[in-house]
Formats: sequence, structure tokens, C-alpha cells
Amino acid sequence: MRGRPLLRTSYEQDAAMLPTSFQRGAMGLFVLALVLATLKIPPFSSIPAFFLGSTWINPMTNMMALGIAAIGFTILVGYTGQVSIGHAFFMGVGAYTAVTLGSQDGDGFQACVPFHEQLGLLEEAGQCGMGLPMWIWLPASGIMAALVGVLVSPAAVKVRGLYLALATIGLVFIGLHLGRMLPEYAGDFESGRRWPELQFRLWKEETPLVDMAEDGKWFGFLQLSEEQKQLFFMMALVVIFAILAKNLIRSRTGRALQAIRDRDIAAEVMGVPEFKYKLIGFAISSFYAGIGGALWASFNGRVSPVNFSLLLSVDFIAILLIGGAGSLLGTALGTVFVELTPEVVKRGTEWLGEQINGNGPMSWIANVLLTEGSGDFGPISLSPASPGWPMSVFLWNFVIFGLLIVIFMIFEPQGLYGIWLRFRNYWKRWPFSY
Amino acid sequence: MGHLMLPDLMVVAQVSAGTTLIQTLTKALALGAVYVMMGLGFVIIFKATQVLNFAAGGLSMAGAMFMSILVADRGLPFLPFDNPLAFSDDPSVPAWFLNLAFALILAAILGLVIERLAIRPMIGQPLFAMAVITLGVEIALGPFNRDATALEGRRLEVPWGAEAWSLGEAQIPKSYVAAIIFALVAGAIVFVFYQSRFGVAMRAVAFDQEAAMAQGINVARVFAIAWALGIALSALAGIAYGMAPFPPGGSVSQEIHPILAFRVLPVIVLGGLDSVKGVLYGGFLIALAEVFSGQYFARWTDVLGPGYSTVVPYIVMLIVLVIRPFGLFGTPEIRRV
Repeated sequence: MRGRPLLRTSYEQDAAMLPTSFQRGAMGLFVLALVLATLKIPPFSSIPAFFLGSTWINPMTNMMALGIAAIGFTILVGYTGQVSIGHAFFMGVGAYTAVTLGSQDGDGFQACVPFHEQLGLLEEAGQCGMGLPMWIWLPASGIMAALVGVLVSPAAVKVRGLYLALATIGLVFIGLHLGRMLPEYAGDFESGRRWPELQFRLWKEETPLVDMAEDGKWFGFLQLSEEQKQLFFMMALVVIFAILAKNLIRSRTGRALQAIRDRDIAAEVMGVPEFKYKLIGFAISSFYAGIGGALWASFNGRVSPVNFSLLLSVDFIAILLIGGAGSLLGTALGTVFVELTPEVVKRGTEWLGEQINGNGPMSWIANVLLTEGSGDFGPISLSPASPGWPMSVFLWNFVIFGLLIVIFMIFEPQGLYGIWLRFRNYWKRWPFSY
Repeated sequence: MGHLMLPDLMVVAQVSAGTTLIQTLTKALALGAVYVMMGLGFVIIFKATQVLNFAAGGLSMAGAMFMSILVADRGLPFLPFDNPLAFSDDPSVPAWFLNLAFALILAAILGLVIERLAIRPMIGQPLFAMAVITLGVEIALGPFNRDATALEGRRLEVPWGAEAWSLGEAQIPKSYVAAIIFALVAGAIVFVFYQSRFGVAMRAVAFDQEAAMAQGINVARVFAIAWALGIALSALAGIAYGMAPFPPGGSVSQEIHPILAFRVLPVIVLGGLDSVKGVLYGGFLIALAEVFSGQYFARWTDVLGPGYSTVVPYIVMLIVLVIRPFGLFGTPEIRRV
């Protein structure tokens, strides 16, 4: 019996979190490496130096926050099969719930002054918040988004397929307009408003219990910078939410969602109430989106309604498709890939720019690709935000992003997860080819 | 401060109700004409290839950019040559229309290239996969458009500029009339096209690809023609939308052009995704709703928020999707149990 993939002899086996010994071993090694790195044992202690250095830490924290929302998107699109382009809207709902409840800028609900009535007073005016602690605003942002998801879902249940995608696009634009309509909550439409900092308080006391906006020590021995604290906090949340999602998927609800995805009529015939489970799918996905949106906004500090536009939703579609629809591992791979590729391209270009005056192959490549000033052939301009043909790296990143979506859809519809599956199956059967 | 100012023709006070009505109506019809052209581009592609073309916005802007390069820069897109059709000093109407045709042909070629590279390999894949491909194309095209238009936009050198005819007190911009004429011509061409031999082939492909193939119809060629025609229509809409009073200065601008495709989604949903007739009704109805609500609810802007009229189409779309998802004239989706 051993060594045969996909052979399950009991229900427990089928529902196990880590069904194969390889996965258990990989997880064990990962945890061991984490422990060794924390205890500062030589080869492992250099891992945090790489990941927790100032270069990669902010993109990684950003990625973690978006990862939580991406898990929600996978539950809705990958597991329930309801194609939605409105994820950004639910993220926005969560983020604005968070800022309304948590922002310390105003003095209760009464302090809300629209921005344009007091020009210039960016921090004092146009903000209102109740200054509640994080353990209230973070769950509340998820719950609020879930409630809105439940409100929207009766309409969403009626339309299917491409029409649902269209309806949710409408939702994004209505959300953007709400941002313009309610400057008391959203701040200025272009420049946005400040989000509460990631600090744990029991109630509104002066010094926070756990301060993630200051450098300091955790547990008495871990000397951490502000960014590292935020990263660890987000990472812990991602782990918790991923485990919750995994649990959901292997439970009764998760199976019902997948039955609806595979064939809604067949699911209904088998006794899965379609309406109820689509509603649950929407609610859970929106909950994740709300939490993700709140964390993302408070990590970035200042966010405007423009940030919750269609482009953010497309980010999640790209994550889902590039990672591979219908698997949490794929979501993780997709999030890492989509969120870190622009950073890699940016830093790669900067590095190439330093090579341009040397000699050897790298300087030749740099000379072909890059343009300093004007009149050169290279398509990438080193001077930021200059209009005209050599485009800046910022714009090239959008081109790369779009092309990646197209290329993955054409050549690898299963995404990175599909590549991994093929790689794994090849070595599982090796040296036999079938 | 920084609110996105939408190109609303804010009619000044002390104008009689009739004048306001005429101006609002003209504006609505002109906007409807742009929507119709854009929507026709959508529907032709959707009918033939079952692709919901989210890239229409980027492609229509690219078409308008081609036009701008031809007439304002007097060059050729992608090539370091002079435009042989460029008029010398005086923007004359025939020369402008000659360049317009040239720009549309270039846009059609761009559509063909994209169809061949990105859409053809995906035939037979799920609808959503193809729609996402076009989203990817839209995102990849965006930076080129944004880079080339820069912040100030690009001029189209429309020969009649911002001139207007006066009808009593009412001002009727020539561009509005031109947009309506463009739309009527485009609609007529599409109707004639659908009656022709090739149009019949296109309808057959839309009905059942395999059966059409068995009848000896070259499905690949139908796909290519549909994309060329659809993108040319989108480009025409983009050019019409760049004429003077739409954006006040009259330019291809990165503020309004990229989202044109998303503003047209309510139109094709209302008309029915696969109905040419539906686009004509949907385009004008949505534009009427948008412009009239923008004009006559203006006194409640404090409550509704600036630019509320652009949201009206989406609300209409949501209502239509819930009540009658296949739109006014679309083919109802039948669930076989």
C-alpha cells in the first residue's frame, strides 16, 4: 500500500492536513529551520539576515497582508467557483471599518470634518475615528466586510459566470464613488487618510501593550526592529488564516463549496443547498478580504480610495491564475510571485544600472537594456517618471504583469501549482515515465 | 482639491428650461453614440469569439493615439517616417477623414496581432480564461498609452475644433453631431456587414463553431475579421471621445480614455451581451440616464457626491443583472437540468 500516490484507505487519511510523509517531513524541516534560526545556530542564523534585512522586509510584509485577502479570493473563486472581480471592494470595506473604529486622529464620531473644509490641515481634518484598540477593529473589519458580502450575495447568487464578474466590476466602481462621496470616512479622494498603527492596547491607554510601530524587545530576548515586528505579526496571522482555510476546505462546508464549483445543478440534486453555500462562500471570502484590507491599509499607513480600484482586484486574479486555481499552496506561490516580481525587476534594474560602466557581459546587457538620459536605444529609462519612449521601470512592471497573465493563461493554465505537480509526479515515478 | 473633475457640461444658470433640455439631450445622444460604437466593438467580438474583451479600453486608446500620431505628430506609429497623408498647414476635413481611415486600419491590424498571439491559442478554453487574457492585454497596453499621452494628453487636430452651432440659445457642439453621425455610420456598416456573406458566416460561427466548421466556414478567419472590425470600432469610439467638449480641451487623455471600456459594460449588459440591436438601445438609454441624472440632480451633489452621474450606469447594470441577466435583447441562458 505504501508509496502509491492518491490511494486513501480511510476518511481520516483523506482529510489529513498533511497527507503525505513528504509534506510532513517538509513541514518538520521548515519548523526546525525556524527554531535553529531563532536560536542563532550558525548556518541558519544567516537566513533571517537575508529575509529580515531592510531590503526585502517591506515587500514581504505587504505580501503577507495581501496574502490573507488572496486566501479569501481562493475560497470564493478557486473553491466555490464564483468568479468575482470585486475583491478590492470588500478589502475597502474592511479597511474603512478599521480606520473608522481604530483611528486615533479624531475625538470620537463627532470630530469628523470633511477634508476640503479645512484646507491644508491634512492630519487633523477630514479624519474621524473612535480610537478603539486593535482587538476590536481588526475582527470588526472582517465581520463588516462579511456582512456586506452577505448583503450583496443574494444578487450575486442570481447571476452566474461572466455575468457575476460584470456585476462585481460594478461593485468596485460603486465603492470608488462611495470613497468620493464620504470624505468624512475616506479622507481626500487622492491623498487618502492615515490608518491606525499596529499596536495592541487593552483599551485606550497611553502606552500600548505590544507596540509594533517602535523598535523593541519581544519576550525579553528578541531584539526586533519595527519592520520585523510587523512582518512576524502578519506572518502569524497568515499562518492562522491559512490553517483556518485549510480546515474549512476539508470540512463539510468546504466539500459543499467544491461540489457547487464542479457542477451547481448536480450539487443541488445531491442535497447541497446552493443559495446557502454560495452565501457562506461570499461571507467567508469577504471576511478574509476585510481583514486583509485592514492590515494592508494600516501597514501602508496612508491609503486613498483610489487604491481599492480594479487594479487591486486584477492583482488577485493574477495571483489565483499564476499560482494555480483551487489550491492553497498555489495561492501562496502566486502571492509570492505576483507581489515580489515587481520588486525583483526594480532592484535588478538598479543593479544593472550600477554595472553599466564596468566591462564584461553584464555591462553589455545593461547598455542594451537601459537608457541614461535620452537618445539611447535601451527600452528602460533610468530616470523615473519621464514621459516619452524609454519607459521607467515602474511602467515596465505593469507591462510585465500583464504579459505574465497572458503567458500563464496560454502556456500553463494550472499555474505554478501545475508546474510543481508535474515536477513532483515526475520524480515520484522516476525512473518510470508512466 | 484633487477631486476627479468629470467632463460634465455644467450648464450655467439663467438659461431657459428648453435650452437646458436641448443641450442635455444633445450631450446624452453624443455620449450614447460613443457608447454605441464602443459597445458594437464589444458585441461583434463577443458574438463571434465568445470573448468579453476587457482590452477594448486600451485598444481604443491605442487607436486614438495612432490618430494623434498621424495628424498631430505627422508621423507613422512605430516608424521613423513622415506620414504621407499628413495635411500641411490647414486641417482640412477630407485629409482628416483620410487619416481617420488610416488610423482605424492601423488599429484593426493591432487587433489582428493581438487576436493571433493571445486569443487564437485559447480557443475552446473556458470563457473566463479568455476574458482574463484580455485583462492581461489591457494591463500590458496601459503603460504604453500612459507613457505616450503623458499628463497633458495628446491632440487630435479635429478640423472643427470646439466650434458649435447655435440653436436659439442652445449651443450644439459640432463634435457631438459628428459623434452621432459616426455612430450611425458604424451601426449601418455593421448591419450591412451582418447581411453579407461573411456576416452570415460570422453568425453561423457564433451559433455553433463546430457546425460552422463542418459547413466549410473558415472559423479562424471569422475570428480574425471579428477582432479587426471590433477593434476598429473601439478605436473610432476612442477618437470620437477625444473630440472637443467630451474632455474639455479635446485630447486623448489618460484620465478618461482607459476606463471607457468599463463605462461601456453597463451598455452591453443592458442590451444583451450578444445583441447588435441591444447595443443601439442600451447605449442611448444608459447615456440618457447618465447625462440627465447628471444635469437634473445636480442640486443634490452634496448628498450624492461629485461625479455621481458616472455611477448611475453601474446601478442600472446591477439592477438589470438581477432582474434580467441576459439584457433586453440577449439570448437567455438556459440551464439544462
